[in-house]
Amino acid sequence: MSVDAATVRRIAHLARIAVTEAEVPHLQGELNAMLAFVEQLSEVNIDGVEPMTSVTPMEMKKRQDVVNDGEIPDDIVRNAPETQNHFFLVPKVVE
Amino acid sequence: MTDLTSLTIAEARSGLASKSFTSLELTDAHLAAIEAARSLNAFVLETPDQARAMARTVDAKIAKGEGGPLAGIPLGIKDLFATKDVRTTACSKILGNFVPPYESTVTSQLWRDGAVMLGKLNNDEFAMGSSNETSCFGPVVNPWRREGSNTALVPGGSSGGSASAVAALLCMGATATDTGGSIRQPAAFTATVGVKPTYGRCSRWGIVAFASSLDQAGPIARTVRDSAILMRSMAGHDPKDTTSVDIGVPDYEAAVGKSVKGMKIGIPKEYRLDGMPAEIEKLWSEGAAWLKAAGAELVEVSLPHTKYALPAYYIVAPAEASSNLARYDGVRYGLRVPGRSIGELYENTRAEGFGDEVRRRVMIGTYVLSAGYYDAYYLRAQKVRTLIKRDFEDCFAKGISAILTPATPSAAFGVGEKGGADPVEMYLNDIFTVTVNMAGLPGIAVPAGKDAQGLPLGLQLIGRPFDEETLFSLGEVVEQAAGRFTPPRWW
Repeated sequence: MSVDAATVRRIAHLARIAVTEAEVPHLQGELNAMLAFVEQLSEVNIDGVEPMTSVTPMEMKKRQDVVNDGEIPDDIVRNAPETQNHFFLVPKVVE
Repeated sequence: MTDLTSLTIAEARSGLASKSFTSLELTDAHLAAIEAARSLNAFVLETPDQARAMARTVDAKIAKGEGGPLAGIPLGIKDLFATKDVRTTACSKILGNFVPPYESTVTSQLWRDGAVMLGKLNNDEFAMGSSNETSCFGPVVNPWRREGSNTALVPGGSSGGSASAVAALLCMGATATDTGGSIRQPAAFTATVGVKPTYGRCSRWGIVAFASSLDQAGPIARTVRDSAILMRSMAGHDPKDTTSVDIGVPDYEAAVGKSVKGMKIGIPKEYRLDGMPAEIEKLWSEGAAWLKAAGAELVEVSLPHTKYALPAYYIVAPAEASSNLARYDGVRYGLRVPGRSIGELYENTRAEGFGDEVRRRVMIGTYVLSAGYYDAYYLRAQKVRTLIKRDFEDCFAKGISAILTPATPSAAFGVGEKGGADPVEMYLNDIFTVTVNMAGLPGIAVPAGKDAQGLPLGLQLIGRPFDEETLFSLGEVVEQAAGRFTPPRWW
């Protein structure tokens, strides 16, 4: 399988990465090189094989359903580019 | 006084205990070495004030007889580990001047045991790379050069800063992380020892995530013993990482020097690649001969799905990365590039903040997880992963204690030499290491010799799950036979 220019633009949008028209052919070549490389997996017989979900056999740990952290709004917003009164600021989302 | 920076951790530990020198002296010697080696670009942030303050505190504790297992030992920390109040960037522009209000579990255990932080070490951006050339701080230079040449060589990656700093005697040991070979490949390129523990052995909490089902933290050090000493402090259960395993941490150092007599060592025939350099082939046979001389039994084994590990990795790892890196949105931390809408803000921020390799992997990961392609790529890769793990299980079920392979298919290469036209060329560096991550196993890279140009080469030992101890015992045999290698100082 390989991707065309329209697919590259669609993937970039899904990944929320702005891509200029000039970058598309180059990216297309790189992505297709990677896809060509992984193509060899199609020759493996995977009939009846379970997909791996956990590399170490272990039971899913569950913690107590209690509040054990928090009350640190200053820490939470400390690294944010734009904040106001412990809120993150973003461009207007709802008109 | 002899040069304090050339001591091993074990030697420094004795020197500190016998009051031959203080941690402050040891720390100052390393800070001076770091300053003199800035051309290597191994450190992205030096923290001399904090280092000296930590050294003074630990000196007071040592005086009272309260020093921990790593009391006074100066270490470097890969910039993937969150360090409280100290800038942590994963060497990506998108994290900008991120200053964590928390400390990673692994580093907090090092400080608990008395280690001293010298600064933060360079790595490939988000640990994606095999040459440390994708860092937003620029490439790291390997202290090793080809004989008679001034060409700058890469230290490998992604833990290139860790490997370069340890090899160049800038720190006594370093933290590193390994997702596809990022500890073992740079260790092999710099004649250092690198340990990738079993998945779940070290907590991933507070480490910038790349591919969560593959990432593991581990040490890079100058000897097998030193790596065992560091491992004991880094390992351990952490309730904050649900994949961290709740089993006791053994005294790894006690395994160093233990007899390997009677152990069955697997030599996997699938690792004998077409076109493999004769030097690597020779190194591998030498390693086998050393283990045999120490009483181990060599057995040819088969890991039939080996060749599919790297392609499966380049589906699984980017898929997980595309999900993990979704958090970098320009809202909560790091870089923000304005846009007219929130969507544009995300797209502009991520276009500006991610380097080429990261963008490539996020995009391929997005593609293989997208509707209509998930089964063909991601699900198939996860099934292949099951087969890769099964190969190892079958092998260990036959009584094999560990598997011996080369660590890398070549010695270090020049800065700018690889991957320019085709990203896959760079990916092939991890061909011998990536299987271990796919199967969640422990692996160690130990320096074993040099190539014709005088560059170091390493051997890899792969162990059973949670049996790092056997790797330390076998690694010590290799180190004793091969000797240690130090680069001549030119920087």
